[in-house]
Amino acid sequence: MTKVLTDTRSIRIKGRSFLALVLSPEPPLDAWLTRLDDLASRSAGFFLGRPVVLDVADLEIDRAQLKNLIDELGKRNVRIMGIEGGRPSLFEPGMPPAMKGGRPAPDIEIPAESTVEPVNAASAKAAASSAPMEPQAARAISSIVIREPVRSGQSVIFPEGDVTVVGSVASGAEIIAGGSVHIYGTLRGRALAGSVGNASARIFCRRLEAELLAIDGVYKTAEDMAPNLRGQAVQLWLEGDSIMAERLN
Amino acid sequence: MAKVIVVTSGKGGVGKTTSTAALGAALAQRNEKTVVVDFDVGLRNLDLVMGAERRVVYDIVNVIQGDAKLPQALIRDKRLDTLFLLPASQTRDKDSLTAEGVERVMAELKKHFDWIICDSPAGIERGATLAMRHADIAVIVTNPEVSSVRDSDRIIGLLDAKTERAERGERVEKHLLLTRYDPARAERGDMLKVDDVLEILSIPLVGIVPESTDVLRASNIGAPVTLADSRSAPALAYHDAARRIAGETVPMTIPGEKRGLLGKLFGRRAA
Repeated sequence: MTKVLTDTRSIRIKGRSFLALVLSPEPPLDAWLTRLDDLASRSAGFFLGRPVVLDVADLEIDRAQLKNLIDELGKRNVRIMGIEGGRPSLFEPGMPPAMKGGRPAPDIEIPAESTVEPVNAASAKAAASSAPMEPQAARAISSIVIREPVRSGQSVIFPEGDVTVVGSVASGAEIIAGGSVHIYGTLRGRALAGSVGNASARIFCRRLEAELLAIDGVYKTAEDMAPNLRGQAVQLWLEGDSIMAERLN
Repeated sequence: MAKVIVVTSGKGGVGKTTSTAALGAALAQRNEKTVVVDFDVGLRNLDLVMGAERRVVYDIVNVIQGDAKLPQALIRDKRLDTLFLLPASQTRDKDSLTAEGVERVMAELKKHFDWIICDSPAGIERGATLAMRHADIAVIVTNPEVSSVRDSDRIIGLLDAKTERAERGERVEKHLLLTRYDPARAERGDMLKVDDVLEILSIPLVGIVPESTDVLRASNIGAPVTLADSRSAPALAYHDAARRIAGETVPMTIPGEKRGLLGKLFGRRAA
């Protein structure tokens, strides 16, 4: 039997990465919870609404203990979105899903201006390793600059941020950026901006001859592009599900 | 100091072998000891263009495998004392070339010659990457049409990544040699114009060889075009290109372009 789909629009599925806090409890768990309470009392509500992953890789724990731990954390308003490093036998229905493949990020320091008086700042920092908090102001690397032409067959992949090319991007070359793509030359190949889910990313080029353009998973091939944009300095952005373009200058 | 030149293109049939022979003969005519090396193992052609096909006894694969000494495999040109050929094997395939073997042969050639010109096979596989591996200078042979230009662009990317120089953090000197250029067709728009090709590839131009029956005639009689008919348009273009590769400054002429007195006086410097 064949189902008839009345709506032929496809479903968009995208990968996206988020920065989550990772809690790594240490035995004995009672003492660890006490330290957590201490930290929470100094800066109230800092776990509120934050995604938290529980790392149990280095913890000798059974299913009942894990369940208990999650409940205890729940009472403290720490909501666990996933459990990393757990054996399959630890899980039961209703528990947060198992997570793997997390990429390490730098340890997060407790900011000095948190709700506590300055005296506690030092001790708060000492506690940082066991209870990471507030993300650091911004990630340092957020753009790269390529000073030569990108040749056919080469691909520049930079999910962390913007890519700027001082030169042309050849037919058969591609630029994949988590942020915006800036090309000070002719874009003849492919440019994919906002590749990790950034709808506000844009593509800029001095001369548009592109084979394919994409922003946040929405793409346009050379055939779909307005012919009057060819050879022009153009910027492209996303509005809803369509790529908009306008001539620069 | 010996210089290694690779003549390469990515795409087949654009004139690599013809250009290797013509540049080799042009450099040898400057009284500099030159060897042309055929890397197209399995599909060798350079011996035919050089008119040495009946004199091949040993080839580069024999030298690499230790069956022959390098001097046994080198063939001296009958017309030019300073020009030599190291032929490829027709019966083997490109896997017979090993990285160590090629390195050894190159090191030995460098001791005896001023110019070592490697005729690369088409493609981007083993034969082509081994041919470019030791190059100091690359001559990228391109026809004024889109597929050739794109393949050349790919090769330029490889030259910046896979050569010994690139691995040492240095650069291979790159020159664009535009071949089979037909001014009438370029004017009509059937062919990419010189400026378009230069804009896409953004490497300096070393010469523009016009499409000519002289090239075919020279190949058929087994002589590099710079030896067969030194006064023909393609021969002149190759001679000028060879002088530029050797470091001379020679004004560039675009075939078929009508120039006024001013243009003639100042010539044309490309990119």
